[in-house]
Amino acid sequence: MKASSILILLVATCLRLPLATAAADLPAKSGATELKRAVIANYAALASAGFQDSLETAKKLQGAVNELLAKPCEETMAAARQAWLSAHQTYSFTETFRFYNGPIDQVEALVNSWPIDASYIDSVADAPDAGIVNDVASHPKISRAVVISLNAKDGKQNISTGYHAIEFLLWGQPPEGRGAGNRSWQDYADGAKNVERRREYLRLVTDLVVEHLETVADAWANGDSKNFRGKFLAKDPKAALADILMGMGALSGPELSGERLTTAYETKERGEQEDCFSNSTCDDLINNAAGIENVFLGHYTALSGEKIAGPGVFDLLKQVDPAFAVKLSEQVTTAVAAVRDIPPPFDQAILGTNEAPNRVAMKKAITALQAQSSMVAQAAKVLSIRLKL
Amino acid sequence: MITALRANVFPVRWMAWSAVLLLGVLAVQPAEPNSPEAVSDATTELAGGNATVFDVSPKAFGFPVPGLDEDSRTSFFIGHSFFIRNWVAGGPPATRAGLGPLFNARACSACHANDGRGRPPEPGQPLVQVLMRVSVPGAGPHGGALPDPVYGGQIEGQAIPGVRPEADVVATYAELPGQFGDGETFSLRSPTYSVINHGYGPLAPNALLSPRVAPAMCGLGLLEAVPESELKAIAERQAREGHGVQGHLNSVWDAVAGKMAIGRFGWKAEQPTVFQQSATAFNEDMGLTSPLLPQENYTKAEAAVCEMKSPTGQPDVSARILHDVVLYSRTLAVPGRRSMTDAIVLRGQKLFEQARCAVCHAPTLHTGASDFPQLAQQTIHPYSDLLLHDMGEGLSDHRPVYDATGNDWRTPPLWGIGLVSTVSGHTFFLHDGRARNLTEAILWHGGEAQASREQYRNLSKSDRDALLAFLNAL
Repeated sequence: MKASSILILLVATCLRLPLATAAADLPAKSGATELKRAVIANYAALASAGFQDSLETAKKLQGAVNELLAKPCEETMAAARQAWLSAHQTYSFTETFRFYNGPIDQVEALVNSWPIDASYIDSVADAPDAGIVNDVASHPKISRAVVISLNAKDGKQNISTGYHAIEFLLWGQPPEGRGAGNRSWQDYADGAKNVERRREYLRLVTDLVVEHLETVADAWANGDSKNFRGKFLAKDPKAALADILMGMGALSGPELSGERLTTAYETKERGEQEDCFSNSTCDDLINNAAGIENVFLGHYTALSGEKIAGPGVFDLLKQVDPAFAVKLSEQVTTAVAAVRDIPPPFDQAILGTNEAPNRVAMKKAITALQAQSSMVAQAAKVLSIRLKL
Repeated sequence: MITALRANVFPVRWMAWSAVLLLGVLAVQPAEPNSPEAVSDATTELAGGNATVFDVSPKAFGFPVPGLDEDSRTSFFIGHSFFIRNWVAGGPPATRAGLGPLFNARACSACHANDGRGRPPEPGQPLVQVLMRVSVPGAGPHGGALPDPVYGGQIEGQAIPGVRPEADVVATYAELPGQFGDGETFSLRSPTYSVINHGYGPLAPNALLSPRVAPAMCGLGLLEAVPESELKAIAERQAREGHGVQGHLNSVWDAVAGKMAIGRFGWKAEQPTVFQQSATAFNEDMGLTSPLLPQENYTKAEAAVCEMKSPTGQPDVSARILHDVVLYSRTLAVPGRRSMTDAIVLRGQKLFEQARCAVCHAPTLHTGASDFPQLAQQTIHPYSDLLLHDMGEGLSDHRPVYDATGNDWRTPPLWGIGLVSTVSGHTFFLHDGRARNLTEAILWHGGEAQASREQYRNLSKSDRDALLAFLNAL
């Protein structure tokens, strides 16, 4: 999308111009409510499948971590890292289900908080005694309660648990210069400093991710009128659709375009990437964007191969304003493609002049995701749904 | 050594009416007729006008106002990054370096987590998200508070390695029982603050203390854009109407303009702009210098220890970073209102007006010009008049700042108050977090708000619940 059309959109959003107010003018179509309910029900099925996959891969990570702790060596360390990548990339599909105080919002801070101050958890190069792992005096016993109580204590970067705490415990600090960290498996083997505490810490924070994702999967599980999904399906369809659009728009604009890309692009600091220890941010970004596309189109292919497909936001928009539906559809495609075009690894993609192809690609993704967010807010207007973003 | 100060003395008249209540002879006061001005015209969900975002998750206070241009969006997210991340000791050219030597927090987000409200510590634990201002009687430059000769303007409980922290401040609480008009009992906790572990000798014997919890960040740019004339008109109207409510503006030093200006921010309205508030917080709370405040924050008495720890040269917070953090703070959107057509919420809103809460917690203000179109010429619903009001002896800190007396507090905006538990994970309210919930916060109101508090106290349980439902929908 060209800058000029983004500007028009932005201005239109500010002035609340009736760019597309067809919804209000159309006669009530028979079946409109049924379609809304079908879109909402299909969304719930997508969420359920997504979080089920996320939970399954987290459990595999838990298994791999237990293997590492049982038999620390090069192979078990590599396997644990691979399991982390798989689990976190699967989780990334589900981030579009955030931002409306749904089940994931209740535990997100304990599952995927970042940025993370590595020295809050364990030794770093210039502070070998740093972190909860080494602070025996303040935390004589590392327990579930201690880890949870220390998360985000006295600062949002003081992250004690979640995927990125595990990431640091598996990769360690990135080396000077560029690239991923390469923590030695020996950090978990007999003889390492505070090894029992580090082992216990890694085991606990991995267990916590599984435990918290379980609550989310349960909340979205089918067939329980009392869980979140049951209530979500029963509530006013407009309110449920507002949640769906909020998740898509908030992830696309403020979160992805803003916090995850703009800051890294501007500062060129590799610590500004989400997966700064494993340097695997690009894969997650693709799945983040694809997760939004999934909700828009109403489909998801589960890890089992099962295909979930039903009406999506796109179908609803087509019924009300077909031209706008196509425009947003094109933008969703553009956004996913733009994110795919960022050349990995992320810490290299942010470097260079603004004319360097990697930075041009990143800027395109920033712009496309922001435009997508603005258009999602516009979609709400088309559907006569209250949303400002 | 322990310096125990009775920061708050429970009002004698409270004791008196509690006793009366126990005798069961106090008649329920009839609701006063509400003046036209007090009637809320806040009938829109757009609490912040075009600067509203509808999000009810823990991130609800953290969104940019919709439609920022590209440069501003970029600044917003860089500002966000510097707001949430930890600073370290040392200094430029290292990034985020220059913390201390004395400080309260390593990051803005330490106190404003999720851009929300700070939380008081457990009883007996040192204050972290509540800071303790300190001064001695008299007026400093431009009429502000006169800093303690040794400890300066606030107690910094942390220091970089090799430097002694100033002191710890701990709170203990006494329970004060009371009763609603219908006989239901309640208990308020009255804090006593003690300064312990003094690192630099005793505080001045006549030191004045004032605890301040970190407030929520949303909507600051809108509040900054409300013209002075509108606030003055509200003060004049309150004076004209009587009813014992008469707010006034603070007059404070604006270091950028180099002259006195009206105070808008802080619990005593002692800061004129978000820019000055931010630079001051960097300097006093985190020990970071900036172009506006290039001097490290320690006193002469502390210089021997602190001086060598402060690399001189360029400011820790560059002009660009300060700009971006200020832009971030000014363009955090206001959460939209919820459940506005709910019958109980509507009844609560009516009761709020009947009890004349809305006289000070003014439902509607208007912004004037702003460098951000989203903030300019907006009709907004902060539920604050931004004026100082005498809140009575029970809440007094006995520490004047400019034109704010010990009893005076600026009406805090109520927008987003119903989301505090989601965003900040607690419901502690008032300037030092002594109130454990909204009910207690209302019951602490005294002074000019005494009559309103009494009306609330004498409401039926269902009416009290309706009023809370209204607040929780803001």
